[in-house]
Amino acid sequence: MAMCKSGEGAQVPRETAPLTRIASNDAIRPLPMGEVKKEIPSVVVIKEHNALVIHSLDDIAARSGLSTGLPLANARAICPELTVYDADEVADAKTLNDIADWCDRFTPLVALDPPYGLFLDITGCAHLFGGEHAMLQIICSALSRRGFAVSGAIAATSVCARTLTRHSSGRIIEDGAEVEAVSPLPISALGADETITKGLRRAGLKTIGDVAARARHEIAARFGAAFTTRLEHALGQGDAPISPRKPLPDYIVEKRFPEPVTTEPMIALTLQNLAKMLVQAMDKQGKGARKLEAGFFRTDGAVRTLAVETGRAVTKPEVIDRLFRERLDALSDPLDPGFGFDLIRLSAGRTEIVVQQQRDLDAHVHDNDELAALIDRIAARIGGKRVVVYLPEDTHIPERAALAAPAQHHLAAASQAAWPARAEGEPPLRPLRLFERPEPIKVPFATVPDGPPHRFTWRRATHQVVRVEGPERIAMEWWQQDGKVLTRDYFRVEDEQGLRFWIFRDGLYDSELIDEDGKPIPANWFVHGLFA
Amino acid sequence: MTSARLSTLASLRGRIERIETSNEAHPLPRIALGHAGADAMLKGGLAKAAVHEVFAEGHQGASATGFIAGLAGRLAARKPLVWVRQDFSETESGALSMNGLSELGLDPRILVTVRAADIDNALRTTADALACDALGAVIMEVWGESKQLDLVASRKLTLSAQSSGVPALLLRLAATPLPSTAETRWIVRAAHSPPGASWSAWGAPLFDAQLVRNRHGPVGRWIMEWKCDECLFSEPSAYPQPVAAAPAHRSDQAATGAKQRLAS
Repeated sequence: MAMCKSGEGAQVPRETAPLTRIASNDAIRPLPMGEVKKEIPSVVVIKEHNALVIHSLDDIAARSGLSTGLPLANARAICPELTVYDADEVADAKTLNDIADWCDRFTPLVALDPPYGLFLDITGCAHLFGGEHAMLQIICSALSRRGFAVSGAIAATSVCARTLTRHSSGRIIEDGAEVEAVSPLPISALGADETITKGLRRAGLKTIGDVAARARHEIAARFGAAFTTRLEHALGQGDAPISPRKPLPDYIVEKRFPEPVTTEPMIALTLQNLAKMLVQAMDKQGKGARKLEAGFFRTDGAVRTLAVETGRAVTKPEVIDRLFRERLDALSDPLDPGFGFDLIRLSAGRTEIVVQQQRDLDAHVHDNDELAALIDRIAARIGGKRVVVYLPEDTHIPERAALAAPAQHHLAAASQAAWPARAEGEPPLRPLRLFERPEPIKVPFATVPDGPPHRFTWRRATHQVVRVEGPERIAMEWWQQDGKVLTRDYFRVEDEQGLRFWIFRDGLYDSELIDEDGKPIPANWFVHGLFA
Repeated sequence: MTSARLSTLASLRGRIERIETSNEAHPLPRIALGHAGADAMLKGGLAKAAVHEVFAEGHQGASATGFIAGLAGRLAARKPLVWVRQDFSETESGALSMNGLSELGLDPRILVTVRAADIDNALRTTADALACDALGAVIMEVWGESKQLDLVASRKLTLSAQSSGVPALLLRLAATPLPSTAETRWIVRAAHSPPGASWSAWGAPLFDAQLVRNRHGPVGRWIMEWKCDECLFSEPSAYPQPVAAAPAHRSDQAATGAKQRLAS
């Protein structure tokens, strides 16, 4: 049975006061310990029900008798000298996310437990960092150095580990020892609803052990099944899966540096070697990568990831290397090594089985490969959405006749697409350039109500109509539109300079262009396209 | 000793030959446009491994697009096309319509469009695409004047077009021609349909194409008609009187052209 040997509640319950303010401009930055005088308590306040209440507080404030949830006015009465900060929940969430990014270096399975907890599934990872104890030590001390108050624990289930962190830090519970470890803890450590905690306390049940000693159905009848489930998980009887932030990549290769690297050639060389290792690993199972991600972990905790997608599975290290070089080259804010990267990781997020094709005399296959490789390179540099092929759509509405689709994924479909065939011997019936939004034109009163205009003004230039063809009536799709959409009468017109336009009148004169009283209303004219 | 000398001599001769062939002596592979007058001036058609520029005023964008699509259709010979387009050009003169393209007799299935945010990206993408010899042609569409499209940029494009044999077609809308290393430069306007009744059907696309620069021959101006069915240019079928001036007969400007190239 797969075991979630984990639960790393990296909590920040106290000392958040200066952190919330700093977090808004930088990811993970140490607390300015010198700035805050030890004597003056500081609190973070948030607005709740039209009153400012304490959101979090530091140790000095806690010693002075303040607690979270206390209104600020009361707090000031207790403790007149108080440094007050406004809570910034968005920045807090970002900080938690950044810490989770940093934790990616320990395991790919990191889950958020808002507002200030993280779960790390360290199954099979701990030995890489010298065992569970050493790993917990590394994580806690690194975060403490940055000024966070950390509380961590390792247990077989995530809820159990989280319950332990609420009370003390650094505990590692062997499998099967959950009941012993959790029983002496107070009810509040379970992190259940305030009303449940209060209700249990009133019933005289102070510790988790007390609650566990009661029959489950009694507890469930009074406090709900969700609470008993949580209790069972905390006691190690059953497990809830964590939901990691990112899907687990198929392949990961990484390189750690005892001495951080800062120079570009070194970074490029590392990527090259990682690409070789990744391809070797994929090659053993006959796979190729469709989506690649490079992660650059800076010594100061910042993490930058770059993703590259490919149209067909990549099986060559040179191609991977080249794609990342293109990507790095085109970054609008270049990769900033700061004091250096101590870990560079390359992962294949999506892979597929590669069918080896034999190169035969048919050069067409080869051509398509080269084109796909070119599209991948361009897409790596300027983005996959900017390289498009067009697919025909089954509609009469001209502006929806073609659908732009990313070329990386739809190249094969586009080369097989069936476009409406042109009528032999006819001049072009559709314009070469089409405006996405038809542009309004000014038309003086047409002589025949349903007829074409004699002249029109478009983009402040007046065009005299010399030649007309039409109308071609295109009715809108009434079964798809909710509102009233007007039928269009299209005309192909040529002006005195020889320019050819595709213009239309929105609406039919007798049936659609009338108001409620049955009086005619003037029609709107648009230019929709330009013929060659 | 003598053998070493001979080999040196041979390698030097080879180098001289290569320099000469890259210039004028060796005829570049050419593709006929179909218009007899233009093909005669171009000595058989448009050179394949070269840069060709098409200029047009802003409001003539659609004609120039049609003309360059025709050139690409002739040069690409059913191989894939890459059309690099600046974002602004799309808002200004409309997106390329696939139905319109297939109405002109060209195949929308072989077209890959790249929407470049700015001119630098467009240039890099074009240069990249030109290096890929699986392509039939690369078209770069740029709206307005630009500093980046200078002689250096054009030289780079020419070199990559020569090494891969993929023609580069530059569509410059609302821009004035600057010195460049292009093989030919055209200024395109729309031409009138042949005179007739106002309600009579109009015909195939007509271009008033002016060849203003030709590195290896004279220049001229023609009315060209695009035959959508045969996919080639031709003389207008029904044109009673020539609207454009007869092609200016100028002596072959190879000599002056060479001088200009040296100067530039």
